[in-house]
Amino acid sequence: MTLNHSHSSNLAVVAKDLTRCFGNFTAVDNLQLEVSRGEIFGFLGANGAGKTTAIRMFCGLLKPTSGEAWVDGLPISRDSEKIKRRIGYMSQRFSLYDDLLIEENANFFGGVYGLSKKEIELRIAEQFERLGLTKQKRTLTSELPLGFKQRLALACAMMHRPRLLFLDEPTGGVDPIARREFWDLIYETAEDGATVFVTTHYMDEAEYCSRVSIMKDGKIVALGVPAELKRKHGTQTMEDLFLKLVGVSGESGESVE
Amino acid sequence: MRRILAVARKETRHILRDPRSLAVAIAMPLIMVVLYGYAIDMELKRLTVAFLDLDRTPASSELQMEITSSNFITPVQAIPNRSEIESGFRRGMFRAVVVIPEGYSEKLATSLESPVQILIDGADGSTAAVVDNYLNAAIARINRKLASEAFGVETLPIEARTRILFNPQLISAHFVVPGLVALVLVMICALLTSIAIARERETGTLEQMLTSPVAPAQVIVGKVLPYIVIGAIDAALILAVGRFVFDVPMNGSWFVLAGYTILYIIISLGLGLLISTFAKTQQVAMIAALMGTLLPTLILSGFLFATSSMPFMLRQISKLIPATYYLRIIRGLMLKGQLWFPFETVALVTLGTVILSVAIFRFKERLD
Ligand SMILES: Nc1ncnc2c1ncn2[C@@H]1O[C@H](COP(=O)(O)OP(=O)(O)OP(=O)(O)O)[C@@H](O)[C@H]1O
Ligand SMILES: [Mg+2]
Repeated sequence: MTLNHSHSSNLAVVAKDLTRCFGNFTAVDNLQLEVSRGEIFGFLGANGAGKTTAIRMFCGLLKPTSGEAWVDGLPISRDSEKIKRRIGYMSQRFSLYDDLLIEENANFFGGVYGLSKKEIELRIAEQFERLGLTKQKRTLTSELPLGFKQRLALACAMMHRPRLLFLDEPTGGVDPIARREFWDLIYETAEDGATVFVTTHYMDEAEYCSRVSIMKDGKIVALGVPAELKRKHGTQTMEDLFLKLVGVSGESGESVE
Repeated sequence: MRRILAVARKETRHILRDPRSLAVAIAMPLIMVVLYGYAIDMELKRLTVAFLDLDRTPASSELQMEITSSNFITPVQAIPNRSEIESGFRRGMFRAVVVIPEGYSEKLATSLESPVQILIDGADGSTAAVVDNYLNAAIARINRKLASEAFGVETLPIEARTRILFNPQLISAHFVVPGLVALVLVMICALLTSIAIARERETGTLEQMLTSPVAPAQVIVGKVLPYIVIGAIDAALILAVGRFVFDVPMNGSWFVLAGYTILYIIISLGLGLLISTFAKTQQVAMIAALMGTLLPTLILSGFLFATSSMPFMLRQISKLIPATYYLRIIRGLMLKGQLWFPFETVALVTLGTVILSVAIFRFKERLD
């Protein structure tokens, strides 16, 4: 809680001793983290490392057991309502409405973010154009291929022009081309000035990040620019680095889950 | 407000996009009312009782009220004088007549002995016996009450307590139709809401929604709004069938009924919300909502069995069921023309407040 404000103000995400337990199991263990504005931050770790749990705390969906975090300069313990206005969240599991048209899904999320009808229309037109969804506007969401569902989820998370995006495995389960295309969208978003906080199991994607952290058993075991991390640990690829630090293999990127 | 409307609009889309569930929600009440109504009506247009009140005092109308408050007796139009009794019997307008003689209340007050005449149509022997039994039971109940008021004793030395078993069909359609409104509303509302919320929890859309600045209360209000409409449609359909097919009277005010019905719908939705906070999946929610509403309402609310004849424990449980009070209100309004329900109103509002606060509290807790 001693963090001073001028310092935190150009940081998008800060975690200090952030901890979350489920019963006597510690999913996130004294997490320390600083992510600057405008970064594409790769939040890596094996299955069950605690990535989703940490993100859910940043988004105000889960209360920390102890410790504190600041999102866009605001403490999550007190300002989760304000934080929610500024962030977009794409959950690990596709969680939009299958029985709605894709336009209706975007419309709904625009509505819960409190946008006016006009703003919503504008944003849908803008975003669907950018994400290549315009043609499918009137398609039932359940009929979309997974890659397009993920784009729709991104569109919904960005209806209100958030300054900070949390993407939890946004590209899980789709082919390399679709993943590549999705990452182009992530780049575009970052170029527009948003901070992107993204988790992935694909190590080729980790290479695209400006900085990454690698998490194991609720703790961060490595943090830095991908090239520097590889040099420091003497590995050729992120894949090898991940194997070395975590002890299990990440997805190489060629295989499809 | 914008957010609530966004949630409500979305929920309406879900409902409209799933015509099968919508059909069930609308058709099931209709089927129930027609089946129940006919089955019971056939048996029963017969347990009708008319009053010839020559005394016309508060005490005599109280006696009438007590007798007609029995679930099994349907009052018909009062008879103006003795000469109408025989023709009424001949035309089958009633099965029995209760004659309250002039001076009834005076005698009651002075000597605590006041005869009342009961005339029964003996053409159908078994029905005559049933009517006789019910009337006597009703009068015994009144005697007990008067005795306790006069002497401060709860029981009389000897008292015959007759109960007719194995014959629950002896309820008339006039009692069943209001009962069905109470039953169907709580069932449909609790079922639809608990499933709708359990589904959002199951698919993760609830969590996705809550990363936006929408407040949990706004989510709840938005989600239940469309179901209030469905509940109101169901109630209107049942009442329309009751009115036009089974001639259920409306002696009170539709306006008052609408008010209480909305209150009851909201409580029922709260019950659905409460159930959804315990249920992990849609299936569990569905089963819990059905079990939690159907049986208690059927058995304990006074729908089939009068609460006054229940064993002590069951009677206490029945006091915790919203349908118990709504049922008294809707029957009182429609059949007796009663308009003022202070006790029932307080009970409903209290129960509703408790159910809704616990539900909302648990809903918020579960988000973590
Ligand atoms: N609500 C919960 N109750 C109990 N345990 C939980 C809960 N949520 C997560 N966990 C546990 O916490 C640990 C971390 O889970 P988390 O989902 O954060 O991991 P992750 O890094 O996102 O993994 P993955 O890569 O598989 O998504 C896991 O062991 C999980 O079983
Ligand atoms: Mg995860």
